Amino acid sequence: MTTTDPAASPVTDPVADYDIFAPDFVADPYPTYAEIRDQCPVAHTDRHGGSWLPTTYEAVRDIAKDIDTFSSRDILVFPRPALPEGASYADVGAPPISSDPPVHQWARKLILPFFAPGAVRRYEEGTRALCHRLIDDFIDTGQADVGTAYAQQIPVRVIAALLGVDDTRSDEFVGWVRALLEQGHLDPEGRLAAREELLRFFEGEIADRRAHPRTDDLITELVTAEVGGEPVPDVHIIGTCNLMLIAGIDTTWSAIGSSLWHLAQHPEHRHQLRDDPEVWPFAIEELLRAYAPVTMARVVTEDTEYAGCPMGEGDKVLMAFPAANRDPEVFEDPDTVKLDREGNRHLAFGSGIHRCAGSNLARLELRVATQVFLERIPDFELVDPDAVTWAGGQVRGPRVCEVRFDPRGA
Amino acid sequence: MRVRIDPVLCQGHQMCAILAPELFGADDEGYGVVLGDGEVPPDHEVAARKAWSSCPEGAVIVEEQS
Repeated sequence: MTTTDPAASPVTDPVADYDIFAPDFVADPYPTYAEIRDQCPVAHTDRHGGSWLPTTYEAVRDIAKDIDTFSSRDILVFPRPALPEGASYADVGAPPISSDPPVHQWARKLILPFFAPGAVRRYEEGTRALCHRLIDDFIDTGQADVGTAYAQQIPVRVIAALLGVDDTRSDEFVGWVRALLEQGHLDPEGRLAAREELLRFFEGEIADRRAHPRTDDLITELVTAEVGGEPVPDVHIIGTCNLMLIAGIDTTWSAIGSSLWHLAQHPEHRHQLRDDPEVWPFAIEELLRAYAPVTMARVVTEDTEYAGCPMGEGDKVLMAFPAANRDPEVFEDPDTVKLDREGNRHLAFGSGIHRCAGSNLARLELRVATQVFLERIPDFELVDPDAVTWAGGQVRGPRVCEVRFDPRGA
Repeated sequence: MRVRIDPVLCQGHQMCAILAPELFGADDEGYGVVLGDGEVPPDHEVAARKAWSSCPEGAVIVEEQS
């Protein structure tokens, strides 16, 4: 599987012609971000429908905060193909991430209580048990693809539990998310087909919760909620369920995968985590900073200028949170992972009103997945660094990542 | 030393609650709140400064007193 387009022409000037789907960029975008940042804060390309790319911390944060000029009505990095005649839910989005005010306020308020630090703790025990089961399956072999057999398997099941849906359909959810976010630019028909299946699936789940409300899942919560005395429209509920899949699965999967990829290459960091429990909270934030997976998009609402760049109404801006997190103006020695880094104002979860609502759940999953892995397999290394494959674009992280270890670690 | 959170700026990153759990927590929606009266015991002053320097929204306010 590849998420890049091998037919694309090579990039010679990333400031005027970057290609976020180019294979070398997907494999390691940071030198390109630095090259752009050294010349100007915001780059532009005509590729993939055209977009602007802020690469400094200041530019990314300024644009994230200017919600009047930079709308979230289309947050996907690659434009959605036109819907066929008669397609259902033409207006479905992923509220609140795809909402501007005033809808944004109530839509976010609706889901926030589910993701508060106290609320997400209920998933810790199940996540820990899941991580152990996954490791049980490969620990005797001394080798595993931790991208596919571990990182990929965790968030999808946590999200299924949160939604109250059957986790035997995990592979299907992963397939939809990949078709929508990873492969959509190469396979627009597959993207539309995945969209249709996903929407139909949630339509069924919503009907089920209406008929048989449960006590503790997000879908029941949404179908029984009222906003201003009115029930929440189905199209909104389906959109929010859509958000749980597209925002909750390959994002955290990528963060877990990148963290294990890093730890496989840094024995000193594995030992630091083993020997100093107090470094963990800092370490999780540092791994999020260094390997922030997500780039979101904004749409310019009226002609404007930022940092001397003339942005036109309808232009797309890619919020390169991974680039902001490597800005040397804000982070000392930004390309070095320092697990005990202080003053880490990273933007892995975004900034402003659209900052990730699920960050506490994501952190919990990343911490538990890393802790359990290190507990069971204290030492491991990449089988072949060049054989690791990466997904990029909207969400960057390793997909196939073979590691080997001493099976006696069991 | 006293701490407070600007509720207009806070977006719920939780860095303060992670780095200074004795001083900050979260409300039911995940936004940061000051635990107690905001007075910082001397042995938590370092943690308070870490929370201040780590808030991506600049929402943590530390008031040094003489």
